[in-house]
Amino acid sequence: MITLNDVQKKYSSEVSIGPVTLQIPTGGITALVGPNGAGKSTMLTMVGRLLGIDSGSIEVAGYDVSKTNSKDLAKIVSILRQENHFVTRLTVRQLVGFGRYPHSKGRLTMADEEIISRSIDFLDLSELEGRYLDELSGGQRQRAYVAMVLAQDTDTVLLDEPLNNLDMKHSVIMMRHLKRAAAELNRTIVIVLHDINFAGHYADYICAMKQGKVVEFGTPERIMDDEILTNVFETPVRVIAGPEGPLAVYY
Amino acid sequence: MTTTLSTPRTKGRLLSWQLLLGIIGVLILLAFSLFTGVYDVFGAQDGAEMFAITRIPRTIALVLAGAAMAMSGLVMQLLTQNRFVEPTTTGTTEWAGLGLLVMLVLFPQASILSKMAVAIVFAFAGTMLFFLFLRRVSLKASLTVPIVGIMLGSVVGAFSTFLALTTDKLQSLGIWLAGSFTSVIRGQYEVLWIVAAVAVAIFIVADRFTVAGLGEEIATNVGLNYRNVMLLGTALIAVATGVVTVVIGNLPFLGLIVPNLVSMVRGDDLRSNLPWVCLLGIAITTVCDLVGRTIIMPFEIPVSLILGVVGAVVFIIMLLRQRKRG
Repeated sequence: MITLNDVQKKYSSEVSIGPVTLQIPTGGITALVGPNGAGKSTMLTMVGRLLGIDSGSIEVAGYDVSKTNSKDLAKIVSILRQENHFVTRLTVRQLVGFGRYPHSKGRLTMADEEIISRSIDFLDLSELEGRYLDELSGGQRQRAYVAMVLAQDTDTVLLDEPLNNLDMKHSVIMMRHLKRAAAELNRTIVIVLHDINFAGHYADYICAMKQGKVVEFGTPERIMDDEILTNVFETPVRVIAGPEGPLAVYY
Repeated sequence: MTTTLSTPRTKGRLLSWQLLLGIIGVLILLAFSLFTGVYDVFGAQDGAEMFAITRIPRTIALVLAGAAMAMSGLVMQLLTQNRFVEPTTTGTTEWAGLGLLVMLVLFPQASILSKMAVAIVFAFAGTMLFFLFLRRVSLKASLTVPIVGIMLGSVVGAFSTFLALTTDKLQSLGIWLAGSFTSVIRGQYEVLWIVAAVAVAIFIVADRFTVAGLGEEIATNVGLNYRNVMLLGTALIAVATGVVTVVIGNLPFLGLIVPNLVSMVRGDDLRSNLPWVCLLGIAITTVCDLVGRTIIMPFEIPVSLILGVVGAVVFIIMLLRQRKRG
């Protein structure tokens, strides 16, 4: 469970986040949605302790993220940001191996190697494990990053727009992988999504944000609603019944 | 494709037959270095003694300085996440030179150890300044980074020149800083062994540097204290650069060429690459020194000149390759 209590972060007199009070239940996928600049990524980054908060408190599985040692936190919660281009030439397997860093400090044991292999298999990367990241397509690379945070073996996984730059096919593949990870590996996955229909279909809970505040939180059935979505996204949205569940139409 | 039960190894093996070949190759080069020179170490009566006074120290110095600068370049590239930086393109050497000059002006009688200590402190402060500056540059992979570094280095170098000019130290500064192994003799190069300790330290914390090379966010995510690793890396680079600058002088581009060549062939797993980076650093330094020693025999050309020419060519090739890749 992730608990945010009166969390606030001020950037300038105009831009600020919070106060946010929120409980994200354990298990399943929780999607953070909202218009640009709503503070979804910022909130995720604060939960993942990459960004400090000004006031309030954030707890992940009972650990206060601003007070818990970063080393210990790395075994409880993992976070993947969207911008990840680095110059280091690593193979997929080496990158995924660094997900084991909190546990092994770089000296991989056989148990680590097994977890790495499992993560790689889980994201269908077995054939690519020896390839360098700069030789992969965007979708494959994104999967490698996700495999890395899965190998970190934390109960809570935070993903900042993992579908960014992915085409339709790869977005669907990625969401299916995440859905399976939540179900089979018992992970709590919090994910920033841009496409409300992806959230509506794959998420177990949707958290809608607007202007730095959480305005709605609930199951997709509840959030996928004309009035709520119109209010959140500030543009007319109509929800119709689709073949696979409700569909938001906004064009 | 084998179906063995053993899980695939994520890390490259440290020892392999390729590495053994590399070691043998470098040893042959070092043997050349030992037996190249004007003085006839076999014929002359005091040949053996001369051999011990100059040839052995010179060859040891080649090994230590070559390995140290190549490793410094590698660590710096990881910490800045930029392929084009190394101590001579970030101002680190210029800062060390300034520190040395300050000592030459203020305390000309100071021991080589205290000169070196001041050079290291300057190199550390200067590199930190550069890193702080980098935090404000958003495009980390861009060429802006080495350009800023070279500019910063030029400003510091210009200041050193001015200071040297006004204190009548220009000539001695030039001699100190021109990288050359000519004057390496028994009794005055031994402090260079400090960089061997730096090499060991880098080897021990290699994984931390690789993780830091993935960026602050990924590093923090896996629980690494990014700031501490940056400080540690900067300190190690400063010590290596400071020591080498004071004892040998500038060894331009070495830290740039070597890690890039190794990475092109072997990728970037720091721990298994380190022996290769050391070997290649030693090999290139030794070859350049051998060339410098032989082309105008019985005179010598400073190794920095040859490294500068070779390094500049490789640097330009790298730039062109990068542009082609986009």
